[in-house]
Amino acid sequence: MPEKPNETVKIKSAKKMRDLMTAYYLEALSAGQNHKPVAWITSGGPVEPLVAMDIIPVYPENHGAMIGSAKMGEDLCAKAEDMGYSSDLCSYARADIACSVVKGGPIGGLPKPDMLICCNNICGTVLKWYEVQARFYNVPLFIFDTPICHGAYTPEIARYVRTQIDEYIAFLETVTQRKLDHDRMNEVGKLSLEGQRLWQKVLNTTAHKPSPMSAFDAFFFLALIVTLRGTRIAVDFYKELIEEMEQRIRDGVSSVPNERYRLLWDNLPVWHRLKWLSSKFSDHHACLVADTYTSAWCGTIKYIDENRFLDSMAEAYTRIYLNIGVDQMAEEVLNMIRFYDIDGFVMHSNRSCKPYSFGQMDIMRIVREKTGIPVLMIEADMTDPRSFSESQVETRIDAFMEIIKQRRG
Amino acid sequence: MKDIECFHDAVSHIPETASQIKKQGRKIMGYLCSYAPEELIHAAGFHPMRLFSSKSDIVLAENHLQSYCCSLVRGILEDSLNGRLDFLDGAVFPHTCDSMQRLSDIWRMNNRYAFFADVVLPAKLNTESAGIYMTEVLARFKKDLEAAIGKDIPDTEIKASISLFNRIRKNLSALYDLNSRHPGLISGRDLYALVKGSMIMDRKEAADRLANIVSHLEKMSPPVKPGKRLILSGSVCDTPDIFDAIETAGGVLVGDDLCTGQRWFEGPVMEDTPPLSAMAQRYRDRVTCPAKHSGLTTRAENLVSLVQKTRADGVVFLMLKFCDPHTFDYPYLKERLDGAGIKSMIFEMDDQQQSLAQFSTRIETFIHMI
Ligand code: SF4
Ligand code: SF4
Repeated sequence: MPEKPNETVKIKSAKKMRDLMTAYYLEALSAGQNHKPVAWITSGGPVEPLVAMDIIPVYPENHGAMIGSAKMGEDLCAKAEDMGYSSDLCSYARADIACSVVKGGPIGGLPKPDMLICCNNICGTVLKWYEVQARFYNVPLFIFDTPICHGAYTPEIARYVRTQIDEYIAFLETVTQRKLDHDRMNEVGKLSLEGQRLWQKVLNTTAHKPSPMSAFDAFFFLALIVTLRGTRIAVDFYKELIEEMEQRIRDGVSSVPNERYRLLWDNLPVWHRLKWLSSKFSDHHACLVADTYTSAWCGTIKYIDENRFLDSMAEAYTRIYLNIGVDQMAEEVLNMIRFYDIDGFVMHSNRSCKPYSFGQMDIMRIVREKTGIPVLMIEADMTDPRSFSESQVETRIDAFMEIIKQRRG
Repeated sequence: MKDIECFHDAVSHIPETASQIKKQGRKIMGYLCSYAPEELIHAAGFHPMRLFSSKSDIVLAENHLQSYCCSLVRGILEDSLNGRLDFLDGAVFPHTCDSMQRLSDIWRMNNRYAFFADVVLPAKLNTESAGIYMTEVLARFKKDLEAAIGKDIPDTEIKASISLFNRIRKNLSALYDLNSRHPGLISGRDLYALVKGSMIMDRKEAADRLANIVSHLEKMSPPVKPGKRLILSGSVCDTPDIFDAIETAGGVLVGDDLCTGQRWFEGPVMEDTPPLSAMAQRYRDRVTCPAKHSGLTTRAENLVSLVQKTRADGVVFLMLKFCDPHTFDYPYLKERLDGAGIKSMIFEMDDQQQSLAQFSTRIETFIHMI
């Protein structure tokens, strides 16, 4: 679980969140003893059928974030390189592949999977990564193939993805030798949708000035909507979190003391520099109020119909933020800039994540043209700290903030 | 041989080749990757031309793609932005890797040509639903082309194109086969000019000339060229000096697993089934590109059996820097080769590679070792 940056008035729910995540990982790690099947699944994958079938979903990407926050990324990535994996590959994949072999990392490695579920709506990397793991663990792999929607969600894409939902369920039934209970499935679908709505609401609270939380908090609180999507736990927790945020708004508690500037973040967090980045920006009274990353787990609510969850899930999982054209991504960025009343845009050019990072420069140009706000691009990697230059990034942040100050007066 | 010269001419003077074709009244459709449905492009009356990087300095593309993007993608974008591809009437992007996926967006958003299409192929090929989807995607692409030309493309035209492309495939396979039986019959530089030329020049001309070349070579008394028999594996190899360096070091090329080689041309499209499903079927049957999934061990099995079939002494992996799909597969391919007692070496390169001194040293050492 990522570290939480310091702040003036701590968010109380953070402790609860930590406990929930600990409980989740304990359950996952003891799944074998309790005869519960474990599925590894990609962060944007359709987890609901797993939850409905009592299969414990485990997310190597969330584990990657923990590795990054624990500053264990460099070591594990280097191990993968010794195994022959190029240092230019995604650091989540490198860290995970190495971790499986050396059982390293903050929790001594993930529980062994009984099956792997790979949804390529985020990237082509996961396809290759899960192939590697399927060979390593010698377990069945299901590929949930969601063709990119450069433009439209065409009828043939819709049919193809919908068919795969049935194939997916048949796969789960074969592997577990159990039937999916459709009533339970409907219930999980409703909880998933509710969880996503609540998560959106959490993120929306930062439209308030000053913002009661920051994107750094969102990076932390994200873990539940990723790992416990479709459960009552996530729903209850986010309700409490919203209450706390609303109370903070009423009390005038802000995330950044004397918030003066409001920034938008793009791409994955730089897990190994969260605290550092957070304090760099807050020194300038700048709050990163929103980001394109955490909102990906509630960005497709509009496609979900809770009464036809499985059918509508096909579209929702296919049209997530990373699986659309760069021009559509730019549109979403512009909407966020308006909604959160943003003064500056910070883009993390992330060596690990090509589908997220290629196209950023075009988005940058569009944002500049359409809004005139300053844009900063910093070079980093979410888990592997070796390409990060603190002094260089610091200088660039200072210069960027100077421009914002002058612009805002 | 004059026929071979024509291919060299076509690939070393691409704009001239293009203007020749335009003079005949045909529009030119650029395409990326070996999964582009060339037969459909051709049947619509366009000339399909695979895009390669001219390897010029990256200047304009710097404003669109970061330095950690592969040189092929950056190089092609640079050529487009720079106007070096202004002979194009359009471009087609089959979905393969993440970098190509984003190149398609960037291209479309900065488009300079009349036509643009994505062909969003499935990422997995080994299921029935993926096969159905693949055929539907081809049908959509056919519609896109029909909209562009303002008329229907009859099946007879598609079938005619299929048989023309099959003829190219058949002759290229025959050439590889001949060369693998009598290495040195044709130099690597010539061989790959024939493959690349077949993606660039007029297809009827290519097919005819290839047939001439094959029958000419068949008649030659094969030279005895001793050398270590090598297989190349990777994505694009568009650096002819590599072939020279291999031969200078005492190697002979007997086959490849390249998308500018056998992966592109092997296996015909069936001519007795409905054309779109036959094309889809070929994409599912052909040797897989690592950006696609077709089983967990298929690629390794292919490579090992290619080595065995060609009685190769070793495999040379040529990796373009920042190419995710290929670099992900490397450790396991190597492991499987090791397991089968097959020696291999890896060389990471750039499509813009200036000096091959390092490669020459590495290949010499490798050849001594095997
Ligand atoms: S960081 Fe990017 S490349 Fe890596 S798994 Fe996530 S989406 Fe894929
Ligand atoms: S070389 Fe690799 S990264 Fe580049 S376009 Fe080809 S498959 Fe993609």
